[in-house]
Amino acid sequence: MVYLDNAATSFPKPQETIESLNRFVTSVGGNPGRSGHPLSIEAARIVFDAREKLAALIGGKASERLIFTRNGTESLNLATLGLVKEGDHVVTTSLEHNSVMRPLDFLAKTRGVEVSVITCSDKGELDLDRLKGAMRKTTRLVIVNHGSNVIGSVQPIAEIRSAIGDVPLVLDACQTVGSVPIDVEAQGIDVLCFSCHKSLFGIQGLGAVYLAPGIEPRPLTFGGTGSRSEFTEQPDMLPDRYESGTPNTPGIAALLGGLTFIEKVGLEQIRKKERGLRRRLISDLSALDRVTVHGNPLDDDALPVVSITMQGLSSSDIGYECSRGGVCVRVGLQCSPLAHRTIGTFPEGTVRISPGYFTTDEDVGRLMEVIEGLAKR
Amino acid sequence: MQRDSIYYLLFSTIHDVLKAEKRLKETNFDFELVPVPRHLSSDCGVCIKTPVSPAELLSLIPEAETERCFVFDGKEYVTYSR
Repeated sequence: MVYLDNAATSFPKPQETIESLNRFVTSVGGNPGRSGHPLSIEAARIVFDAREKLAALIGGKASERLIFTRNGTESLNLATLGLVKEGDHVVTTSLEHNSVMRPLDFLAKTRGVEVSVITCSDKGELDLDRLKGAMRKTTRLVIVNHGSNVIGSVQPIAEIRSAIGDVPLVLDACQTVGSVPIDVEAQGIDVLCFSCHKSLFGIQGLGAVYLAPGIEPRPLTFGGTGSRSEFTEQPDMLPDRYESGTPNTPGIAALLGGLTFIEKVGLEQIRKKERGLRRRLISDLSALDRVTVHGNPLDDDALPVVSITMQGLSSSDIGYECSRGGVCVRVGLQCSPLAHRTIGTFPEGTVRISPGYFTTDEDVGRLMEVIEGLAKR
Repeated sequence: MQRDSIYYLLFSTIHDVLKAEKRLKETNFDFELVPVPRHLSSDCGVCIKTPVSPAELLSLIPEAETERCFVFDGKEYVTYSR
């Protein structure tokens, strides 16, 4: 089976991920921060090490400000529901995933929050003048998709930062952390939201959010933290304030393995491999008459997330033929209806091909056999 | 301070305990992580137990928030003040 759906979750995982997860579930197993016994302490050390490594990867100097969540969606919910208040104004882009659009829709309908959506070009470019022009005195947040899960376009953080002044910037980095270098402090990112099972090579069920100093959203959940247990009031110390209940320690252990792998290989090498895969895909797909590659095929800085449509064939038909040919791709709207309106593929959607670090030339060759076969029909 | 005193360093979060542990592991000071004595707190966490005076230890862990320090003289725990 050829797996080309790494934008949904990376697969396969590196050996480091599997070994770290295996070690936790077979010989550690304790609940971190909940007891004084050795296996609880060892579990807490795994969480601590993963937190320190991950904070370092994104340039976060205060590792306690790196909060583990269930997924990128929960991180974005904490940023939106936790920070935006009645009557606030929020600016975002037309490339956002529903993990941004749906909480904003909820806030607009229930709390009178005004949302300005900046329409991007069909190549995925954000018009910085329009972004600047959309800012108001009441703008509470600017939320930007760093790397598109539909067409792979990557937004320029420095330019966005200077266009929005002092307003807090929330970056949806689900597709970029672990692939594109990020430095929250140097780049002025106030809230960095991401999942840990894509380019970070953890397993599903874990996300994270980095909160810059001064950013203090209302928690989404309240409860036991293993600290200040004599009080019924939620503690205000980080990370405990935002991590009530037993954490996903197996997931965090797997992430620790993934981070070790990234350290070993290096972000540069990972990015180089991904660039090569994108180039090969773009070149092979663009050569076929009936195939349209969406976004900007010439953008060499884009992620290896390639959306195509084929003249005379629906995306579901192509997806079905890929599955029959042993190739896993994602079809439809990829939870991003606005992004598809932006690139002109709504409501039909696209076939999204997303190779990953472990994708081989043979894998791409197998996909191309299927697509070329369809193109000849 | 008497020679064989035992000190307990309590922190706000397990994250801060482990941050301190990471720092202290780089030294030769004698210490261990133990459950927080029930006399000191009803917390369910761990703290650092050490024969080394907090005056020496705390200078090594500036960024970790040490909540409270206690001295145990063999009979009772007394709040340690810097």
